[in-house]
Amino acid sequence: MDSPATYVNWNFILISIPNLLMIAGMVAVFVIALLAPFPGHGESAEPVAVPVDRNDA
Amino acid sequence: MRDGSSRPQPEPSSWTLALRHFLERRLPLAHLLPDRQPYYVGSWVYVFGVVAIAGFIWVIGSGVVLALFGPQWWHQSGVGRFVNSLHLWSVQVFFVFMVLHLWGQYFMAGWRDGRAKTWMVGVVIFAISIVAAFTGFISQQNFDGQWIAVNAKDATNAAGIGSFFNVLNFGQMYGLHIVLLPALVGTLVAAHILLVRMHGVVRPIEPKRTAQPSDEESAS
Repeated sequence: MDSPATYVNWNFILISIPNLLMIAGMVAVFVIALLAPFPGHGESAEPVAVPVDRNDA
Repeated sequence: MRDGSSRPQPEPSSWTLALRHFLERRLPLAHLLPDRQPYYVGSWVYVFGVVAIAGFIWVIGSGVVLALFGPQWWHQSGVGRFVNSLHLWSVQVFFVFMVLHLWGQYFMAGWRDGRAKTWMVGVVIFAISIVAAFTGFISQQNFDGQWIAVNAKDATNAAGIGSFFNVLNFGQMYGLHIVLLPALVGTLVAAHILLVRMHGVVRPIEPKRTAQPSDEESAS
């Protein structure tokens, strides 16, 4: 844990493995959030449309 | 009644009354504490902002405990090291989900339909949070904090703010980290949530409907 992190170098990009893993994990979470079904909001669920947005600002 | 007319009397002018009417008009309780949401909120993308707020609450809670007991406690006692770690990792959660929230709002153009202020306040929160995290790293009271401060002084001097923002001055950095910057971030987060509740959650971008051959036939 106390040793310096390994870096990867590709052209002008220089990034440590921990930072690269962190970014990859965030991208993975983002993609999963887009694709994963939300509990209680499947296709058969009744849409609850409440006009809460107001365009007067 | 002097004139005997039934005209409604003008309300007495007062700034408290005007403020009350403004708040009642702009912040109805049904918007502040909604019990139902539009169907499109049923997506994990809309959860990122809430998780970031949860992380922020943990950051503030653990930070208050750290400020109460001080550096010796958070470095040398087992419970102190645990709360110190809790502070660090809740900051990671806060930043990771703030960035995921930023990506989500960017790709769905969250500033649409009068939500520009909400977007801009969010951007300012992000910027101030970076400064808050930076002052936190140099307030650790260990070699890591010293190393970061000694290197950062060159950046602040090169930017011309070294005389106002002295990263080697622990008192200034610690004061900014535990008072001014959390107060700013907390206030702006509250304003951000209020703006979201006032204007509602932005709709997903609808795909543009292209003209179909059957439409052209029916039009002609």
